[in-house]
Amino acid sequence: MEQRALIDSRGKDHRRLILQMLVGSGRGHVGAALSVMEIVRVLYDDILRVDPKQPRWADRDRFIFSKGHGCLALYVMLAEKGFFPKEELLRSCHFGSMLGGHPESRKTPGVEASTGALGHGLSIGVGCALAARIDKKDWRTFVLIGDGESNEGSVWEAALSAGKHRLANLTVLVDYNKFQSYGPSKDIQDLEPFADKWRSFGFAVREVDGHDVPALREALNATPFDAAKPSALICHTVKGKGFKTTEHNADWHHKAKVKPEELALLLIELEGLP
Amino acid sequence: MRKAALLAVHELAKRDPRVVFVGSDITKQNLEKFAAEFPDRYFMEGIYEQHIIGMCAGLAMSGKIPYINTIATFLTRRCYEQVLIDLCLHELPVRLLGSGGGTVYAPLGPTHLANEDLAIFRAIPNMTIVAPCDADEMKRVMMQSLDWHGPLYVRIAKGGDKVVSSDARGFKIGEAIPMREGRDVLLVSTGITTQIALDAADLLAQDGLTATVLHIHTLKPFDTARVLHYAAQAKAVLTIEEHTLVGGLGSAVAETLMDSGKGGVPFARLGFPDVFTEELGSQVEIMGKYGLTSANLAAKAKGLLKA
Repeated sequence: MEQRALIDSRGKDHRRLILQMLVGSGRGHVGAALSVMEIVRVLYDDILRVDPKQPRWADRDRFIFSKGHGCLALYVMLAEKGFFPKEELLRSCHFGSMLGGHPESRKTPGVEASTGALGHGLSIGVGCALAARIDKKDWRTFVLIGDGESNEGSVWEAALSAGKHRLANLTVLVDYNKFQSYGPSKDIQDLEPFADKWRSFGFAVREVDGHDVPALREALNATPFDAAKPSALICHTVKGKGFKTTEHNADWHHKAKVKPEELALLLIELEGLP
Repeated sequence: MRKAALLAVHELAKRDPRVVFVGSDITKQNLEKFAAEFPDRYFMEGIYEQHIIGMCAGLAMSGKIPYINTIATFLTRRCYEQVLIDLCLHELPVRLLGSGGGTVYAPLGPTHLANEDLAIFRAIPNMTIVAPCDADEMKRVMMQSLDWHGPLYVRIAKGGDKVVSSDARGFKIGEAIPMREGRDVLLVSTGITTQIALDAADLLAQDGLTATVLHIHTLKPFDTARVLHYAAQAKAVLTIEEHTLVGGLGSAVAETLMDSGKGGVPFARLGFPDVFTEELGSQVEIMGKYGLTSANLAAKAKGLLKA
C-alpha cells in the first residue's frame, strides 16, 4: 500500500515539537516517532476513552505503547491532551525528567506500561483485555507494535493467545514502516505475507495508510473488525515521515547530537512540504 | 508441596475475586476444583512462558492477582526479561510457583534443573524469593502471598519432604526461622536443605556439639538481622543449599557477614560447584555426589571447629 497522505498543519506542528525534543534531550529515536505520529494522534483525538485528569481511572481504555523507542510521538500527544505540562517535553532524558528515552509508567502520567525492550506489549495487552472480560467491563485495549518488533517470537506467542481467547476487545496496531535499525526490513527479516500471518493467528485484519488521518479514524472506529476476533490494523507508514532527510534513512533511526545546520535544513524541509 | 500450593490457590480464589490461576500446559491434578468453580479465572495456556508473564502483568495492572504454575526452569530462565521488566519494574503482584526447584528433575537431565533460580532472581530489584522446606510451610507461604506487595517467586520442592516446620514457630515472609538453637555452630539452610541441616545438627549432638539451624525460607528480602544475630553466637558458620554456589544462599550469608565486618568467623558453603551436573539418577544421588548430605555438613562443621 502506498502512502499518499499529506502531512497537514497539525502534523507539521507535531513534527516541530519532535525536533525540539530531539534538540532538548540531545537524542531520540526520530524515525519511529515520525512514522507513528498520525496513529497516536488519531488514537488520542478520536478513539481512546481516557481522562488526563485521572490517568489511572479504572474504566479507561488501555493503550500499550509497545514500540517504546517511538515515544517522542506519544509524549507529544500526552502533553497536548494535558497529561503533563508541555514544558516537560523540552527536558526529556535529563536527570530528574519525567520523560525518558523509552516510556515509563512510574514516571509519566498517561503511560500504561514501561516499554523499550521489544516484544512485551502485546502480551500485556492480552492480559488487560482478559481482565476487562473477567470483570465484564467495556473498556478496550490497544497495543502499538513495530514491524521490526515483530521479529520477536514473543509477539507471536501473544498473537496465538489473543486468537485463542477471541479477544474482540483487543486491537493491535502495527506500525509497518518497513525499515529497522540496520536498513530495509525485507533485507533483514522479511515479514511478508504480513497481513496473512495475522489472519492465520486468528485476527481480523485491515490495512490502512498510517499517515492518512481520516482513513485511520475510519478504520479504528470500525474496531472490532469481527465481533469474535481480536483486530489487527496494519498501518503502512514511512519511517522518518515528513522530512526528505529522514525518510527511509536508517541513519535517523536513533539520532544523537543533531547539528544546528541539520536542524535548520529539517525545518526548511518541513515548511516546504505540500 | 505442589499440591499444597495449588489447593491453597483455590482457597485464596474463594476468598478474593482478584485471584486468577494461569498454568502453562501442566497436569490437571489438583486443579480440577478451581477450574470447575471459577472457570472465568482459570487459564490453561500454551507453552509460551514469555507471553504468560506479560499476560499476567497485564492482568495484574488491571487489578488481578495472578498465580502462575509451571516448571521452575522455564518460569525463571525462559522469560527472565519479562519477569524483570513486566513484573519487577512495574512491582506487580504476580506469584510465580516454580515446580521442581533445584535438582528435583535430576533424572530428566540438565535442561530441567533449576540450580540457579535463586541467584538470577536475587539480582532483580522488587523480587521476593521464598523456598519453603515442606508442604505445611508452603501453606503458610501461600496464605501470606495474597497481600504480599510485588512479585513473588515460590520454589516448589519435590514433594513428600519430611515435615519439620510447625505453626508454633510462626511464619512471616522475610523472617528467618531458628529451627533449633545451639552454642557451637550455625547452620544456615533454605528449602529442603533445612531437613539436612537438622539431621546434621543431630549428628553433631552425638559428638557433644550444639548447632543452631537457621531456616532462610525467604532468600529475598534477606533477613540479615537474624543471620548476624545467630552468627555472633557461633564459633563457625556453614550454609547449605540445593543451588549453585554462585549467588545463592551461601553468597547472601557471606555478603552479610563481610558487609558487617564479621567476615572473620570460620565459614563454609555447601552447594553445587559452577558446573553443569553430568549425572542422572535421583535428586538425592545428585546432592550426595556434591556433598549435600547431613554427614558431610556435620563433618565440615567439625572441621571448621577444629581449625
